[in-house]
Amino acid sequence: MSGHSNDNVSSEELWGGGQSPYGISYGKMYMWFFLVSDALTFGGLLTAYGFSRAASEDPWPIGEQVFRALPGLEGHYPLIYVALMTFILIVSSVTMVLAVEAGHRNDKRSVVRWMAATIIGGLFFLGSQAWEWSHFIHGGGGSFLLAKEVTITADNGSEYTLPVGEAIYMDHHFGELAEGYSNGDESVELHSDHGHVKLIQYGEHTHEAELHSLTIHKYITDEQEVSGEFAHKLWDARSTSFTFGANMHENEYALQQSYANFFFFITGFHGFHVFSGVVINIIIFIMAYRGVFEKRKHYEMVEKVGLYWHFIDLVWVFVFTFFYLI
Amino acid sequence: MERDDLIVNDSYSLNAHHSEEEGVKIRKKILFVTVLLTAITAVEVAMGIIFKRAETFSWEVIKWTFVALTLVKAGYIVLSFMHLGEERSNLKKTILTPYLLFIVYLVYVVVTEGFGHLFNHNNFH
Repeated sequence: MSGHSNDNVSSEELWGGGQSPYGISYGKMYMWFFLVSDALTFGGLLTAYGFSRAASEDPWPIGEQVFRALPGLEGHYPLIYVALMTFILIVSSVTMVLAVEAGHRNDKRSVVRWMAATIIGGLFFLGSQAWEWSHFIHGGGGSFLLAKEVTITADNGSEYTLPVGEAIYMDHHFGELAEGYSNGDESVELHSDHGHVKLIQYGEHTHEAELHSLTIHKYITDEQEVSGEFAHKLWDARSTSFTFGANMHENEYALQQSYANFFFFITGFHGFHVFSGVVINIIIFIMAYRGVFEKRKHYEMVEKVGLYWHFIDLVWVFVFTFFYLI
Repeated sequence: MERDDLIVNDSYSLNAHHSEEEGVKIRKKILFVTVLLTAITAVEVAMGIIFKRAETFSWEVIKWTFVALTLVKAGYIVLSFMHLGEERSNLKKTILTPYLLFIVYLVYVVVTEGFGHLFNHNNFH
């Protein structure tokens, strides 16, 4: 695209001064070098993630089991939400490249339009990430750990001997009340007799949830549902500690904390890049709108922020693969 | 705004302008890359949903397929969207060589030294 006319000059002439040996301006060059260093940072984070995962003695959760919810819908939709986020980011990358292309034609109207589309795409992505974080932090029904060894038969007929410390996952409504119960909320009462475990919350509206099913081995190799008397056996063997969602100290997705910490750090660091990208895009959008680049007779600033914005997309492609897919 | 830090000649990317006809061609290419990236993502998600991890015999293959597809996506983003493919070859090398050297070295160090510690740990306890 740039400087093709100089491709065949000798190196003495090329580096002899008076022209750009790389065929680009210093601004674009520095953006490239910044991106190289930033890419090394993300490369380091993902490598550390891979190492922690391979070195972990506890099982590591599986992406399509942890991330399988859609806003406002019941049921499981593995990876669909993350795929949607990826698609949003790819589309906003495309609108950015169209803004750059329009800049090369000095078409101010199109530049402004495509920059606006890019900003909207970025805001959509940030919003999606906020929802995903919120969902990750609040979690599903929550889990408790076993205080003693239990032998049970799962609903599919296979028999399991579960060791002390095995995590058992509750269904959503039961988990909600169990959280209040474990936090010492006096309005939640436990009723347990003859194979019935019920939690009842008295208040303005009385909530009642009966223990129907518990899930073992969730987020690990295979998910098994347990109900009936065996579910009560698991409930009776519970330790006092419950985990709901994730925070900086514990999480319901894995026995070790590295998983949640890497989730917060890697997606958070990437999200911060998206946030700053949107801010920079807004600045360039305003400059383009006010005709600053039209007066300069070139839209190279759009190209520079474009490089940064594509880089964000590039990083997400890797985060998507290594954090969610593999 | 006059910029005195630039020498006006046609070697700068500032002067990278193109005509309407060229624009049509470039937009066609952008559309192609868009469709390709979306399709690859869709294939990855479908593979992630369909293949279960318990089938260990194929999981290794699937895992490396994910990595390969990701590198294809990354290649298209860097070379096409970021225009690196159309820059001069000395710039391409200046950007890519240090990064690839460092990242390959980092992965190598983490894998060998990191797990070396684990193996020693297991051997001596």
